[in-house]
Amino acid sequence: MRIALFITCFNDTVFPGTGRAVVDVLERLGHRVDFPQEQTCCGQMHFNTGYRPEAVPLVERFARVFGEYDAVVTPSASCAGMVRDNHPVLAEEHGSARLRTDVPKLVPRVHEFTEFLVDVLGVTDVGAAFPHRVAYHPTCHSLRGLRLGDRPQRLLKAVKDLDLVDIPAADSCCGFGGTFAVKNADTSAAMLADKMRGVVDSGAEVLCAADNSCLLHIGGGLSREGSGVRTMHLAEILAATEGGPR
Amino acid sequence: MTGRGVVWLGSPPFPKAAREALKDGRLRANLKRATTTIRDKRLAVASELDDWEALRESAAAIKRRAARHLDRYLLQLEESVTAAGGTVHWAADADEANRIVTGLVSATGEREVVKVKSMATQEIGLNEHLAEAGITAYETDLAELIVQLGDDRPSHILVPAIHKNRGEIRDLFAAEMGSWGRPAPEGLTDEPAALAEAARLHLREKFLSAKVAVSGANFACADTGTVAVVESEGNGRMCLTLPDTLITVMGIEKVLPAFTDLEVFLQLLPRSSTGERMNPYTSLWTGTTPGDGPQAFHLVLLDNGRTDTLADEVGRQALACIRCSACLNVCPVYERTGGHAYGSVYPGPIGAVLTPQLVGIEQTASLPFASTLCGACYDACPVKINIPEVLTHLRAEAVAAKGRSAEALAMKAAAAVLDSPRLLGAAQKAAALGGRALARGGHIGRLPGPLHGWSDSRDTPAPAAESFRTWWRKNRENR
Repeated sequence: MRIALFITCFNDTVFPGTGRAVVDVLERLGHRVDFPQEQTCCGQMHFNTGYRPEAVPLVERFARVFGEYDAVVTPSASCAGMVRDNHPVLAEEHGSARLRTDVPKLVPRVHEFTEFLVDVLGVTDVGAAFPHRVAYHPTCHSLRGLRLGDRPQRLLKAVKDLDLVDIPAADSCCGFGGTFAVKNADTSAAMLADKMRGVVDSGAEVLCAADNSCLLHIGGGLSREGSGVRTMHLAEILAATEGGPR
Repeated sequence: MTGRGVVWLGSPPFPKAAREALKDGRLRANLKRATTTIRDKRLAVASELDDWEALRESAAAIKRRAARHLDRYLLQLEESVTAAGGTVHWAADADEANRIVTGLVSATGEREVVKVKSMATQEIGLNEHLAEAGITAYETDLAELIVQLGDDRPSHILVPAIHKNRGEIRDLFAAEMGSWGRPAPEGLTDEPAALAEAARLHLREKFLSAKVAVSGANFACADTGTVAVVESEGNGRMCLTLPDTLITVMGIEKVLPAFTDLEVFLQLLPRSSTGERMNPYTSLWTGTTPGDGPQAFHLVLLDNGRTDTLADEVGRQALACIRCSACLNVCPVYERTGGHAYGSVYPGPIGAVLTPQLVGIEQTASLPFASTLCGACYDACPVKINIPEVLTHLRAEAVAAKGRSAEALAMKAAAAVLDSPRLLGAAQKAAALGGRALARGGHIGRLPGPLHGWSDSRDTPAPAAESFRTWWRKNRENR
């Protein structure tokens, strides 16, 4: 199986450690991962903000760069959701005949990281150890977009010494929403305040999720408040071993 | 676009209106309590049905069929209603509907009408129009009464006074009921039973004296001409049966092909709206019946932007809405801001997709952006309207309508960088340098320009010194 990592532009720039963690876990499980260097961005920001034509070249690039792989793995639920739900829409609306055939063929091979581990590789115990109290935030794209269900929790429960705790009203949105956080900053901050209260009340030391974008938002608030709770991508927890976090 | 109503003129864009609403601690507490309660109730009664998903699917399919053949079903409805003794009127927009209703009321010689809660008449601003003609409309739904007494605006489709708590309602009843009719009893408390009794006494006078009623409609069946109103309080039943003349204003999208389709919707609607298995009162009437109920029945079919909406292949699904308000109750944005911030009689997620389509995107451009696209509305919708899909579709329309802007330039520039690994790599290096210059302790505090809204409440990590692609080149590329 030829596996490609789609790191996403955001993780590439701000959270490269998440990409290294994905590579670590997959290599530890005996797989070789490719990183096609021509990859850039899925176009989610443009699509969701109303700039559809601008997103089309990014859809074309994605199809071109990843078209030959058996599996494309990404540590971002929202980018995986963008590819799955909206690349076909953009291909239909604005794409060439070729793109309209290429995109639907590629889409089923694009997997969010926990989907790939649980569904494709059939693994829930990835040999990780993380002796901390952890809360999992089901991001909207994980929960209602990709329907990840309990895959993330199953992976976390198999991590040695990890104490998984629940946060109240876990399924409610954290208020990030991409450009929503800038365009509707006050409403976003109000939603963030409620989410942070839940996280702090849970007693977690670490908040994890399958998407760094929501974690940037929640983590930014937790840091500003001096809450002492840190945020980590789920992949980074799965990459940690008894030798300690990488 | 004049003559359509729907929006409250002079309302600020959503972000600004929301900012004001968010400062109101009492509103926030009222909304949180009310939406959380109703949300849990809905979930409980929806999940007890094994065929809930099949019901949703059926409802969506029926609504799709009704919309696809809307022309045919409306003519069939007109025929059925007429054959049953009713009169059908066609209104292209709010102005025309208001003229028709005012004319019908004036022709009876009456100066007062009682009203059943109705979104369509809110949408066209009927009460205000009737008032200009010297006709007083009395709202008889408890929450609509609260809104009317307070000279307020509704903030929720189902529970228009959701922004008020019982203490506020007690004060309002005590102060205002007297100027509209029977005053509130002396020493009125804020006990729900006492408030309901005060409303009951106040309204009973109106029911017994009114000769004309105005209602909306939840459904109208093309094959039989039967019109349905679903309600909880019994005020609707009073209005629909006691007066001599009944005037019903109904959006054209409310038509159902067949009477038997009600089977699906009467299971979905109460569970989705009030979280009840069955609503207390479902009134069905077919034209007029000699010696029983209103002897004159007028059905006003309202377009008011609906045909334009139907022409939009993505947006048309919003016309399937049955006004249950489940999307409002689960919406994390609505829960914080309340309904007034949407500046429309249709607030919340459904309002954000319906209002711009009914009145045009130009004056409502901020509404499709009033969402995180979290998808809770789509999951809750009993007729499976993909609200996030329509929101992003309308965002594209809003951007196209706006034309040149600083944001558009920035987005074009970002697209050019993101379509080039070389430019992206250069931008990452620049961001790493710039970010580290700005950062203290690994975090950036205040960001410039429009980004300050972000940085006012969040720290931002400095971009990594080494991007992933750089790390890969150094550590994996030449293995």
